[in-house]
Amino acid sequence: MKAIRNLLDKQKPHFEKGGKLEKFHSMFDAMETLFFVPNRVTTKGAHIRDAIDMKRTMIVVFIALLPALFFGMWNIGYQHFLSYGEHPDFWTMFWYGFLKMLPIIIVTYGVGLGLEIIFAQIRSHDVNEGFFVSGLLIPMIVPPDIPLWQLAIAVAFAVVFGKEVFGGTGMNIMNPALLARAFLFFAYPGNISGDKVWISDKADAFSGATPLGDALTGHFDNLPSVYDMFMGFIPGSNGETSTLMILLGGLFLLMTGIGNWRVMFSFFAGGYIMGLLFNLWGYNEYMQLPAYYHLVMGGFAFGAVFMATDPVTAAQTNKGMYIYGFLAGLMAILIRVFNPAYPEGVMLAILLMNVFAPLIDHYVIAGNIKRRQKRLKLATN
Amino acid sequence: MSTTYKIKKGLNIKLLGEAEKTVVDLNAKRFAINPPDFTGCFPKMLVKEGDDVKAGTPLFYDKYREEIRFTSPVCGKVKEIVRGAKRKMLHVIIETDGKDEAIDFGKVEISSIDRQAIIDKMLASGVWPMVRQRPYAVIANPQDEPKAIFISAFDTAPLAADLDLIVHGQGKEFQAGLDVLTKLTSGKVHLNVDAKNTTSKVFLNSKNVQLNSFSGPHPASNVSVHVSRVDPINKGEVIWYTGPQEVITIGKLFLEGKFNSERIVALAGSEILHPKYYKTYIGARIVNMISGNETGGRNRYISGNVLTGEKIEKDGFVGFYDSMVTVIPEGDHYEFFGWLKPGMNKFSFSHTFLSRLFPNKKFKVDTNLHGGVRGYVMTGKMEKVFPFDIYPLQLVKAILVEDIDLMENLGIYEIDAEDFALCEVIDTSKTNIQDIVRNGLELIRKEMS
Repeated sequence: MKAIRNLLDKQKPHFEKGGKLEKFHSMFDAMETLFFVPNRVTTKGAHIRDAIDMKRTMIVVFIALLPALFFGMWNIGYQHFLSYGEHPDFWTMFWYGFLKMLPIIIVTYGVGLGLEIIFAQIRSHDVNEGFFVSGLLIPMIVPPDIPLWQLAIAVAFAVVFGKEVFGGTGMNIMNPALLARAFLFFAYPGNISGDKVWISDKADAFSGATPLGDALTGHFDNLPSVYDMFMGFIPGSNGETSTLMILLGGLFLLMTGIGNWRVMFSFFAGGYIMGLLFNLWGYNEYMQLPAYYHLVMGGFAFGAVFMATDPVTAAQTNKGMYIYGFLAGLMAILIRVFNPAYPEGVMLAILLMNVFAPLIDHYVIAGNIKRRQKRLKLATN
Repeated sequence: MSTTYKIKKGLNIKLLGEAEKTVVDLNAKRFAINPPDFTGCFPKMLVKEGDDVKAGTPLFYDKYREEIRFTSPVCGKVKEIVRGAKRKMLHVIIETDGKDEAIDFGKVEISSIDRQAIIDKMLASGVWPMVRQRPYAVIANPQDEPKAIFISAFDTAPLAADLDLIVHGQGKEFQAGLDVLTKLTSGKVHLNVDAKNTTSKVFLNSKNVQLNSFSGPHPASNVSVHVSRVDPINKGEVIWYTGPQEVITIGKLFLEGKFNSERIVALAGSEILHPKYYKTYIGARIVNMISGNETGGRNRYISGNVLTGEKIEKDGFVGFYDSMVTVIPEGDHYEFFGWLKPGMNKFSFSHTFLSRLFPNKKFKVDTNLHGGVRGYVMTGKMEKVFPFDIYPLQLVKAILVEDIDLMENLGIYEIDAEDFALCEVIDTSKTNIQDIVRNGLELIRKEMS
């Protein structure tokens, strides 16, 4: 620890203004603050500050993602061997999935962090920790066999056009991780939709349809049991299949206060109520599907816990969060059932509501302003 | 009967080093009036170094409001006028000669004197700056008539001085001060006390005022909180406010005819060996209370509390409005993987450290920022420590883009920088929110004048 400090102190002057490695200042700063919380003290305002910082916040979300991530690695292996009718031991399946996901994770972080550091250097900012989480979210919402070059382009698009052009972490309109997925979805649909891509290196004879695919095409007999879908023993994006593991992560987020219960709760409520409404209508078999099925299928839980709750792109007022979450959940199921082209609606619903979130906030805040003006009017009359 | 208002949102920060309830004499030799304590004041000197002054001798006045004078708190000699960068005046230091001489402003029967005469007397004697106004949190404008006057008789800030103890035995002077204030407004004078902890008869037996009780965590004692609950302020309205020690000084001016600047100041903080109360006068030099009474190592000396106080030097002076001095360790050290540690001993409002499991634990907190400055990412946190019908983050952003209409609409007239202190403490983005809010208030004040 002392040795690292000494090394950093020795190298630091080279990276500071006027040093020969000034161009790499942001990178050095990111490294240094990774190892050490800086020695900066308060200069203005409150003399003491909360021990929490952005790194602590992001590591909490990172930890919350781990159960679903590890389960996802196992499930990639499980689905692969299942398609061949094989049942190897736990570690063989996990190792298979681990090797599938590792390059995806490395490419995502490499491209994303590289761009973040470049932008931080250009703007002479510190490197933001936001991508620390985005970089893990993206590998969890793509199929296991996604071509890495496509992934790299998608990540670059999401970081540059989803975030940095707006001014960086905290200023973006849309969720960068979902934007990366949407980019893949529209640019290279062949590799992220249909029923061929969700099982890694699938045996040809085996149907690789996700429960959502089955539902959309009317193959309701093929639907796995609710138990299997809840546990996550189904094909799907890498980390989104196990509702149980996602809820575990969600519980951790709520306990630590980092996740937003208003958004999570209203997202589930929105989806469930839309499901119930479809049940009432009951026009076709999909609409008659019990409402709770929707909550354990596809990316619904993952979207509720990890995507819709992104504090930057969600509504920012407490009232607005309920509306935002509810509508996002509702739209997700609406798109899922109605749109013949897209089996899953969660991604598009959240991105759509990301765009509407500032508008929702605007009207919530307008209510506050109106209240104030009314009081003024009463006082002057 | 008093009304009780329950404040639900907020945070009591529990720190080590609370002052023991004993009062000793400070015996300070030097005192100072610090022009920067008075926001918006541009001092013009009336004395020079070496001049003899009595308690109540004018030292300087405000260039923009010439009637507002600042007078010497004690009898003695002008020792030094300290200037900083750009010749900005920082301190007017008086060395006391130990005599008890004061300018005679004349005793008066409060019931027989009219409003203007009261204001003139307060201006001449230098007690006027003790009365401040909302909006803007600056010295009250003598030409205004406030719709109400607020006095906060308790303090919920970390390690705050016990005002019950401070006013002990001064019921007559306090009541006289209240009687003076009631003549300054056609509205009410609101005396706001702690529903549970205020027991002093000086407060509870006050007459001619409206007694309101408040309960709940900090900032329950902030003036803005009281105003927002009792009589919300609208655009164009003015309220005045002051504190209990100031009320006593005002009372003494009329009872004794002189500027009696006696103050009791609490000394607290984790780095103080024997935290206690000191009896002295306004603007006392703190070196006598600190010497031999602090732990080794680099410390930060704060006039006021850890949330809103001013950083001062070890031989610095207590601020004009402050009734406490806090000493905490400086935090200019690196912490190896500090952001990854379980954090048994870390103070945090978030639930992300193990210290959360011990809600009654008292912390030793240093001045480290605990991270780098970032954009605003987290939402919904400030609202938990901000008991107003105002959107804090949205207001801060409106100030940052200098949108005056939006600031007005979002309620900037109803708050002061101190109300954002807790938001600043818990802010994950480590921005100086109080500074931002102060700048916003100054922007509007200049725009309106």
